[in-house]
Amino acid sequence: MSAFAFWGAVEIGLVYAFVGLGVYFSFRVLDFPDLTVDGSFPLGAAVAAMMIIAGINPWLATLAGMIAAGAAGVVTAVLNVRFKILNLLASILTMIALFSVVIRVMHGPNVSLLRRPTMLSPFYGHGVPDYLVRPAFLLVLVVIAVILLARLLASDFGLAMRATGANVRMARAQGIRTDWQVYAGMALSNALVGLAGALFAQTNGFADVTTGTGTIVIGLAAVIVGETLIRLRGVVFALIACVVGSVLYHIAIQVALEADVLGLQASDLKLVTAVLVTLALILPRLRRGARA
Amino acid sequence: MIKVSNLSVVFGAGTPLEKRALNGVDLTLEAGEFVSVIGSNGAGKSTLLGAIAGDVLATEGRIEIDGRDVTRQPTARRAALVARVFQDPLAGSCGQLTIEENLAIAAARGTRRGLGLAIGKRRTMLHERVEALGLGLESRLTDKMALLSGGQRQALALVMATLAKSSVLLLDEHTAALDPGMAEFVIHLTDRFVRDFRLTTLMVTHSMRQALDTGTRTVMLHEGRIVLDVSGATRSGMGVEDLVTMFRRKRGKAIDDDELLTS
Repeated sequence: MSAFAFWGAVEIGLVYAFVGLGVYFSFRVLDFPDLTVDGSFPLGAAVAAMMIIAGINPWLATLAGMIAAGAAGVVTAVLNVRFKILNLLASILTMIALFSVVIRVMHGPNVSLLRRPTMLSPFYGHGVPDYLVRPAFLLVLVVIAVILLARLLASDFGLAMRATGANVRMARAQGIRTDWQVYAGMALSNALVGLAGALFAQTNGFADVTTGTGTIVIGLAAVIVGETLIRLRGVVFALIACVVGSVLYHIAIQVALEADVLGLQASDLKLVTAVLVTLALILPRLRRGARA
Repeated sequence: MIKVSNLSVVFGAGTPLEKRALNGVDLTLEAGEFVSVIGSNGAGKSTLLGAIAGDVLATEGRIEIDGRDVTRQPTARRAALVARVFQDPLAGSCGQLTIEENLAIAAARGTRRGLGLAIGKRRTMLHERVEALGLGLESRLTDKMALLSGGQRQALALVMATLAKSSVLLLDEHTAALDPGMAEFVIHLTDRFVRDFRLTTLMVTHSMRQALDTGTRTVMLHEGRIVLDVSGATRSGMGVEDLVTMFRRKRGKAIDDDELLTS
């Protein structure tokens, strides 16, 4: 694999690390299987891209993308908590609605950000090749995010959210208003995914409604690959595992696609993804079976 | 002080399966009273506890805790006033969270849960409370709750129930799922906590022995009504045999009453 391809895989892995972190909050912390992310990823990208095109500061545009995606998460949470629609179905409803919303936002299925200022613009052209600037910038953002999220999960508020997902009856008996915890957690989860979308648009130079397809599987892949590899206790390690899982997963995909012996082509990506996630899911089970 | 007036709970009202679980219960607990509740299966013991906790909504009647009408308040709203220990040792804590995380969640009951570190400021206090149990769990505070036995979890559930202030402590057959040794440990612990923290307590139990040995007053429920309420000298002179006899008589009488009504 060329250095360029390797760092490209790291870069996309770090973008999707935010999806991994978001999916960790919905699937693991809240125990809420949330497919909204397939819509909130392109929504974050679309909102950020359109605001950048309108001349707004890219950082503010990214924040707006996160807020829009977070709002989408709240819609799903309200459908489930307030109107008792099954969580998976509620998230699918929001997801398909967002497909139309994203096209409305962009006045079409995609927009280009070429030669527009992005969050990364100030860091280009200081003698470091662009293909290294991008992963370095993303790594800094990811580290900040992991620190903030770990701190959040260790707070009274964060523990209340974890209790809501782990034992809702106990949470209520302890005075935790579980409905609000689900709203907050789903907003946070989807805001993180929206951030990934906004970063994807800015590192790749475009936003496209179809980039959302399969986001949930890639996010789950990051969570599960990370959990399989890093078996240490504590939420900090769980968050780091999401990041490591995402990067390794994307490198693995890159290797699989480049290996001529396998004879794979780019369109096999989804199949390879499904196989990798399946392997990550059954490996711990097989390991346990071998021991028993 | 807890004041339950004319409390009725009907499940599935208007359907062929309509069940009147509580039928006009009046019960007042003075501050510091420790009341044990007995009754056969389906007598309405758990429903009474659930109604006070907020899990079961009253069909009729009124529930006041410390003068506040909580009848329509959801569980989480009134949790600032109500501490609980469930029958199922797994129900009262989160298995995936560590011991100290579970304790911190309980210590924050009744407060606004903000962004302050949950454990940091409470570490010493939590360590002391767990150490006082004498189970050696203070060295395992960062272990997951799921690793503990049912008895250990139930002992910790009692600690959790006493970390934050409460106006009433509800115990729902909290020793029923434990082995005899651990059940005795937990019941002694209950006694100690209720005395040390001067808790107003309502304890549902299956065991008549336990109902007479613990607490200051015993109430018997039958078919959603209070049929016996003893305390003081009457109660201290009673044995399990007396209780069983009274139970039989009351039950027989209740059946007679019903027959009179329906004939």
